[in-house]
Amino acid sequence: MDGIVQLQRQLVDYNASLFHEGFLDDQFNQLQQLQDESNPDFVVEVVTLFFEDADRLLNELTKALGQPSIDFKRLDAHVHQLKGSSSSIGAQRVHRVCISFRNSCEEQNVEGCLKNLQQVKHEYSLVKSKLETLFRMEQQVLAAGGSVSR
Amino acid sequence: MESCNCIDPQVPADDLLMKYQYISDFFIALAYFSIPLELIYFVKKSAVFPYRWVLVQFGAFIVLCGATHLINLWTFRIHSRTVAVVMTTAKVLTAVVSCATALMLVHIIPDLLSVKTRELFLKNKAAELDREMGLIRTQEETGRHVRMLTHEIRSTLDRHTILKTTLVELGRTLALEECALWMPTRTGLELQLSYTLRQQNPVGYTVPIHLPVINQVFSSNRAVKISPNCPVARLRPYAGQYMPGPVVAVRVPLLHLSNFQIYDWPEVSTRSYALMVLMLPSDSARQWHVHELELVEVVADQVAVALSHAAILEESMRARDQLMEQNVALDLARREAETAIRARNDFLAVMNHEMRTPMHAVIALSSLLQETDLTAEQRLMVETILKSSNLLATLINDVLDLSRLEDGSLQLETATFNLHSLFREVLNLIRPVASVKKLSLTSHLASDLPMHVIGDEKRLMQTILNVVGNAVKFSKKGCISITASIAKPESFRDARIPDFLPVPNDSHFYLQVQVEDSGSGINPQDIPKLFTKFAQNQSLITRNPAGSGLGLAICRRFVNLMEGHIWIESEGIGKGCTVTFIVKLGITDRSNDFKPPSLPKVLGNHGSTNFTRLKVLVMDDNGVSRSVTKGLLMHLGCDVTTASSSDECLRVVSLEHEVVFMDVCTGLDGYELAVRIHEKFLKHQDRPLIVALTGNTKKVTKENYMRVGMDGLILKPVSVDKMRGVLSELLERRVLFETV
Repeated sequence: MDGIVQLQRQLVDYNASLFHEGFLDDQFNQLQQLQDESNPDFVVEVVTLFFEDADRLLNELTKALGQPSIDFKRLDAHVHQLKGSSSSIGAQRVHRVCISFRNSCEEQNVEGCLKNLQQVKHEYSLVKSKLETLFRMEQQVLAAGGSVSR
Repeated sequence: MESCNCIDPQVPADDLLMKYQYISDFFIALAYFSIPLELIYFVKKSAVFPYRWVLVQFGAFIVLCGATHLINLWTFRIHSRTVAVVMTTAKVLTAVVSCATALMLVHIIPDLLSVKTRELFLKNKAAELDREMGLIRTQEETGRHVRMLTHEIRSTLDRHTILKTTLVELGRTLALEECALWMPTRTGLELQLSYTLRQQNPVGYTVPIHLPVINQVFSSNRAVKISPNCPVARLRPYAGQYMPGPVVAVRVPLLHLSNFQIYDWPEVSTRSYALMVLMLPSDSARQWHVHELELVEVVADQVAVALSHAAILEESMRARDQLMEQNVALDLARREAETAIRARNDFLAVMNHEMRTPMHAVIALSSLLQETDLTAEQRLMVETILKSSNLLATLINDVLDLSRLEDGSLQLETATFNLHSLFREVLNLIRPVASVKKLSLTSHLASDLPMHVIGDEKRLMQTILNVVGNAVKFSKKGCISITASIAKPESFRDARIPDFLPVPNDSHFYLQVQVEDSGSGINPQDIPKLFTKFAQNQSLITRNPAGSGLGLAICRRFVNLMEGHIWIESEGIGKGCTVTFIVKLGITDRSNDFKPPSLPKVLGNHGSTNFTRLKVLVMDDNGVSRSVTKGLLMHLGCDVTTASSSDECLRVVSLEHEVVFMDVCTGLDGYELAVRIHEKFLKHQDRPLIVALTGNTKKVTKENYMRVGMDGLILKPVSVDKMRGVLSELLERRVLFETV
C-alpha cells in the first residue's frame, strides 16, 4: 500500500516537474484529460505517433540540409509539420525551437538552420526520454495495482 | 206663276193701255229669256248640280212663257193666221212644259229640303271636329311641354337644379305669374318656402303642415285649385290692390331612400310631401284649364322621381366617399401594423442574437472559472454569478419564446426521441433540488407507455420541467409524485374541456402526465389566473419572488401546440395541488431512427452535455495533431472520421457529417477545400458546417474565411472545454468565429 502511494507521489512529482521545466505545456494536460475508459491508451498512442513522426521529419531535415543546394521551401514545410505535431502534444520547447527554425528558413540563413536543427534534435531527445520515463513510471503504478489520477 | 191673261185682243182698246201692255209684255219676255240664260250660266259655273234635267225643264218653261208673251205682242193688232197658229203652238207647249215641271217639282222639293238638313248636320259635325281638333292639339302641346319639362328635370342629378328647372319651365310653359315650392322642414311639422320662380332668395316663410288646405292638397294626387288667400299662396308681399290670380297647388311626393325597396313600391302612408303652388297672372283673366292641371300633375310626379334619383345618387356618392376614407384609414393602419410587426421582429431578431451572446460568454466563462482554483469565497461568488446568469438566460429564452409563441411563428419540431430517457433526465435534474428541500420525489411510468415517440422533445422537457419545478418550488415539505400514462378516452371525463376526447390511433397517442405535490396549494378561484402571463399568485409572491410568472403561460402554449390540454386542480390553500396535462405524440416503431437529443439552451459546465453520435470529419495532414483532434472529439462523444489530405476529405465528406474540422495551417489549401465542399453540397440545405482550426495568429481575418464559406474558425490550442463549448455553440447558432 505504501509502495503504491509512494510510486504515485513520485509520478505526480515527476509530472509536475516536466511542466515546471517547460518541457510540456497545458496541451499535454488536455491530452491526459482525453484519456478515459473508452480510450485508455490515448496519450501513449498519440505520443508514440509523435515520436515516429518527429524521427521521420528530423531525418528529412538532416538530409535536406546536407544537400549542396538547399531547398528552403521544403525545409520550411517539414519544420512546419514538426512544429504542428509538437504543439499538438504540448512539447513546448520543441515547439519553440521550431518557430525560430522557421524564421531561419524564411531568412534562408543556412547557418541559422543548421544551428536550429541541432537545437531541435537536442530538445526532442530530451522530451522523448522524459516522456518515456513518465510512461514507465505509470506502468509501474498500474502494475502495482494503483490508479493513475489525472 | 203668273196667270197669263191672254184674252182676245179683238176689243178695241185704248192706245195707252195697249201701249203699256205692249211694253210690259216686252219686258216680261226679256226677263223670261234672260233668266234661263243666267241659270245656264251659273249652272255651267258650278260643277256639281244634280238637277240639270229639272233646270232644263224649268228653262224650257220659262223660254216658252217668254215666247208666248213675245208672240202676244203681235196679237195686239190684226194678225194673220200664222201668228195665231204660232201663238197657239207656243201656248200649248208652254202648258205641257209647265205641267211637266210642276209634276217634277213634286219629286224634287223634298229632296232639296233634305239637302238643306244634311248641310246643317254637316256643318255641326264640322264644328265638332274643329273643337276636337283643338283639344287634341292642346293635348299634344301639353305632352310636348311635359316631355320637354321632364327632359329638363331629368337631365340633371342635382337636386337644387331639378327644382329650379321645374319652376322655371313650368313658369314658361304655363306663363305663370309665380311658382313656388314648399318643402317640409326637418321636424316635419312645418312647410318652408324653399324655391320661388320670381324671387331670387325667398325669405324663409314657414307654415304649419296641418292646415286644412294643405291636408286637402296632400290627400289627393291631383292638382287642386286653392284660394289665393290661403297662407301658402301668399308668395310675395303685396300692397294694396293686388289681386292674385287663380292658384293651384299639387303635392310632390318625396321618396326617402329608406322607404325604397327594389321590388316593392313604397307605402303611401310613409311618404312625405312637398307642396308646389302655381299662380296665374292676375290680370290675364285666364282660368286653369284641365289640360294645364294635368300637366302640373304629371310634372309633379316626374319631379318626385327625379328627386329620388338625385337622393340615391347623393347617398351613393356619400357612401363611396366614406368607403374611400375608410380604405385610406385601413391602409394606414395596416401599414402601421406592418411597421410595428417588422420593428418587433427586427427587435426580436437582434435581441435574440445580442442578448444570447453575452449570456453565453458569461455562463461559459464563469463555468470555466468554476473549474479553476478558487478560494471558498471566490467560489461562492462565482456560483452566484453562474446561478444568476442561468436564471437570466432562462428568462431571456422564456420571453423570446413567448413572443414567438404569441406570434404564432413557433413551430414544433418533430423528431424521434426516447420518452423513458426524457423522464429519467427530468428526474435527474430535479432530484438534487428536491433533496435539498427534503422533498421526496417519486415517479411512475405506465408500462404501456411507448419507448420511442415522435414529438418535440425539447419543448416537452421544458414543459415537464416547468411543471415539476413549480411543484418543487411551491412545496416546503412532503412529496412530489410524477405519473405518466396513456390518456384513455373512456376514463377521461372532464367538465372543463367538454369537447376534448383523446382518441388514440395507429399513428399517435395522447400522453398524460400528472404531477402532484403536497405543498401550499392554490385557492380554486385563483386557478384561471395562473395561466395568464406575468400573473403571480398573490399569496405566494411574498414567499417566492423567484420566477417571472411566464412559465405556466409558456407551458400552456406548448401544450396547446401539441394539441393537448393542461389544467390544475387544488383543494385549497395548504392542501397541495395537482397539475395534469395531456399532449399528443406520434408513435414510431423504428427505434433505431435515433436522433441525438437536442441541446438544452442554457450552456454551462454540464456534464450531461454530450454530442453523442455527432458525425464529424477531421481533415489534418499532420498525423499527430490529427489524432489529438480526433481524440478530443471522441472524448466528447462524436463519431469521428479522419482525412489526411484535401482530396481524401472531399472523397469522404457526405451529408451525414454535421461538422468538418479543417486544419488550415497549410495556408490556402483550406480556402480551396471549403469552396469545393460548398460546391459539392450546393443543392442541399443541410450541408456540413465547415470549421477551420488554425494556430496561425497572424494573417487570419474573419472576412477571408467567411468569404470562402467557412462557418467557423477556432484557434489552436483547443481544450476539451473549449471544444465542447465550440460544438454546442456551433450546432445552435450555425456559426462561430473566435476572435484573434
